Amino acid sequence: MSSFGGLLIWLIVVAAGSYWISRRRITSLASAQSTKPHSLALYYGFYAAIWAFVPALLLLIIITAFTKPFLEQQILQSLLAAQPDLPASFIDLKIAQIKNIANGVLTIDDEIMAALAAEHKQARIYMSNVRFATVLLAALLGFAFAFWRLAPKLKTRIIFESFLKRLFFTAAVIAILTTIGIIASLLFEALRFFSAYSWIDFFFGTHWAPNIALRGDAAAADEDVGGSTGSYGMIPVMAGTLLIALIAMLVAVPVGLFAAIYMAEFASQRVRDFVKPTLEILAGIPTVVYGFFAALTAAPFFQSIGLSLGMDVSAQSALAAGGVMGVMIIPFISSLSDDVITAVPQALRDGAYGLGSTKGETVTKVVLPAALPGLVGAFLLGISRAIGETMIVVMAAGVSANLTANPLESVTTVTVQIVMLLTGDTVFDSPKTLSAFALGITLFTVTLLLNVAALTVARRLGEKYD
Amino acid sequence: MTKFSAMNSTERLSHLAKTLKRRNRAEKRLKFYGITAILFALGFLVTLLGTVVTNGYTALQQTEIAIDLELPVAELVDESGAIDMKKSAAFNWDGMVKKAFRKQFPDVSGMMNRRALGDLISANAGYELRLDIEKSGRIDQPSGIFWVKSSDDVDMLIKGRMDRTIPENQRRLNDMQIGWVDALVANERIDLVFNKSFFTKADSREPESAGILGAIVGSAFALIVTMLFALPLAVMAAIYLEYFARPGRMTDFIEVNVNNLAAVPSIVFGLLGLAVFLGFFGMPRSAPLVGGMVLALMTLPTIIIATRASIRAVPPSIRDAALGVGASPMQAALDHVLPLAAPGILTGAIIGLAQALGETAPLIMIGMVAFIVDVPTSVTSPATALPVQIFIWSDSAERAFYERSSLAIVVLLMFLISMNMLAILLRKKLEKRW
Repeated sequence: MSSFGGLLIWLIVVAAGSYWISRRRITSLASAQSTKPHSLALYYGFYAAIWAFVPALLLLIIITAFTKPFLEQQILQSLLAAQPDLPASFIDLKIAQIKNIANGVLTIDDEIMAALAAEHKQARIYMSNVRFATVLLAALLGFAFAFWRLAPKLKTRIIFESFLKRLFFTAAVIAILTTIGIIASLLFEALRFFSAYSWIDFFFGTHWAPNIALRGDAAAADEDVGGSTGSYGMIPVMAGTLLIALIAMLVAVPVGLFAAIYMAEFASQRVRDFVKPTLEILAGIPTVVYGFFAALTAAPFFQSIGLSLGMDVSAQSALAAGGVMGVMIIPFISSLSDDVITAVPQALRDGAYGLGSTKGETVTKVVLPAALPGLVGAFLLGISRAIGETMIVVMAAGVSANLTANPLESVTTVTVQIVMLLTGDTVFDSPKTLSAFALGITLFTVTLLLNVAALTVARRLGEKYD
Repeated sequence: MTKFSAMNSTERLSHLAKTLKRRNRAEKRLKFYGITAILFALGFLVTLLGTVVTNGYTALQQTEIAIDLELPVAELVDESGAIDMKKSAAFNWDGMVKKAFRKQFPDVSGMMNRRALGDLISANAGYELRLDIEKSGRIDQPSGIFWVKSSDDVDMLIKGRMDRTIPENQRRLNDMQIGWVDALVANERIDLVFNKSFFTKADSREPESAGILGAIVGSAFALIVTMLFALPLAVMAAIYLEYFARPGRMTDFIEVNVNNLAAVPSIVFGLLGLAVFLGFFGMPRSAPLVGGMVLALMTLPTIIIATRASIRAVPPSIRDAALGVGASPMQAALDHVLPLAAPGILTGAIIGLAQALGETAPLIMIGMVAFIVDVPTSVTSPATALPVQIFIWSDSAERAFYERSSLAIVVLLMFLISMNMLAILLRKKLEKRW
């Protein structure tokens, strides 16, 4: 019961006990002093429960966070003490071995290692006991403090509510923290990449060939692939991303827009009630399913069509990936456009009818121009989606970076490269893995700018009719 | 041609009459484009679902081959007559199964041919027979017909998913092997049975032994973590933003962030998880705990937005009445508004979770893409998730994995449909109209 989860249950038990005892205590105190407590009895319970729970929980998290580095340091020191002449490149391996022996996963005929593992295991048990004792003590002390302070005139409701308010604020701030976390972590790793690789070559280079960073000397075997450090010019990758996004938008914009126009202006209520939810099903299908379809159905289909026309279509053509991605974006475009079109004031339509326009002319000459800013916003959001989409391209687009505008050839995208660079057994500190974060921050920035642009366009130009 | 404004009224009328047909045609064209667009989208949906179902339904069955076996009981049991696990582990189950199978084809000779014959049986047949016997303790009927799984190639042939007409060297089974399978079919020693492994096992190198249970459990663990983190945080943040946030820069900034996070590509959340949860905090790789936390951050904006909408849908009179009889703002929010907004919040949460269930890219980033043969037992044990399993299988060369990933997609879609149905049902049942 001294695991993290077990301790959490302990804390909940202690907090529940504190609640119950304090609630009883305050009623007896109040009747003894024949006064009425300031707050309802349950708030005194909450007051004590918070004192028992919150500081102990924070302590638990802090101790848990520091246990791991502390234990690593401890192994390292005893390892170096036992084998002072150990080469630096072996240290990580040895530490991993010691941990595995201690976990009982690995058995090894080496007395020194066995002794170190036993020591490590001992230290782990010790830390776990220390954590258990400290956290429980903190909970009990917290409860004792609250119990000692209990008095009918203590304004526990006020205290409890201000605590809740702060807690709620913290929850809201998580959104900010996530954004900061994204930017900070991506930027941090990207800057490490740029300290090893010139940012000019990264953003403006036209050759993308990250080498395979294997452990140790094996990397030398891959010298022919762009040299031992690899070359990271992202232009072909970005071009591939844009090509696929363009194909996707060529499918999604006309289909989505015409569907939205028809549904908003022409369709009967019955058709709307059927078509709208059905299109929404397209939006709910996971992208991995689209990827599966693109790679195993659409791509061979395009390839066989190309074959019958005497054209050479790649098995990972940009056309298949982009086309299927376009279908994925259709419901997104159609529902946003539908909203924008229905938001155009009826008075504009009535004015057009009054001047003798047909319904079609009203739509194309009055409603669409009025809705244009919103529609542009929707398209920009669609592009942002297409650029950030991962699974379809990972499964259906290519891996190698081709600088081409031919949709029948295979191109790669930013997201594909991020996935390729970060899966598999790679060294975390190599330029290869770090370059993924450089691509990541580029992707984040581009999509962010597109989202902001979409909002600005819709807001700035769309207010005219309100 | 004169300008319309320069015409007199009779000229105008005749001009309008002449052009009306064209103008109406333009409208018809617009309508036609709209209908075509909708039909295109619906047609794609039908094609997509049709492809997945027609490719996947055969994975519900698995080919098995009958083998006459005589278990060497003496080599397997201890003194009491129960199975001795050590002896069982040392026994060559695979050899026994293959030998017994070859007996059915006494005239096959030569190393190559014997190996080709053995390849008709699953590479895991011996191992699975061993587990079966160890578990059931079925040692009292040592001889008789035992059914073992065929290899995936035979499975494909029996299901008609292997083309016999293509040249022999491009086929995964040669003519001789196909002849043996046909002989088995003629003797009724081969049969299609329900594919139990698919629903009770985790991943495997052999398609015939691979299942989705491990992935489903991994997804379930991740979703539980997601819900435990995302739902309380989202409700608290929404209450703060609706009732306690003072208008100002900080509040605006929070709102901008919430709306922006909803549009950040999911892979970026994966990078965040990789750098912060794995890199900085040193949490375990491939664990549903980390996956769930990443998905929680991702679905948080969705649930916050849904919660705020359903809080706003509660009429202000409820809150005013509570405040009027002396409730504090916090009491009004928690005791009066929140219970009434709960169905809407729940609906939003289920939709958010459905979204998280289908998400693949961030989970790949934090290493839930590994090859894992055990069903995970806790939120920290290595696991994959259902969509990731689909990704892994559709990347495999074997035709049998194609069929299995299609069926896995059907299962995933069924989960998603039932979650969305539940959300719709909750909304219909519990939502109050004010």
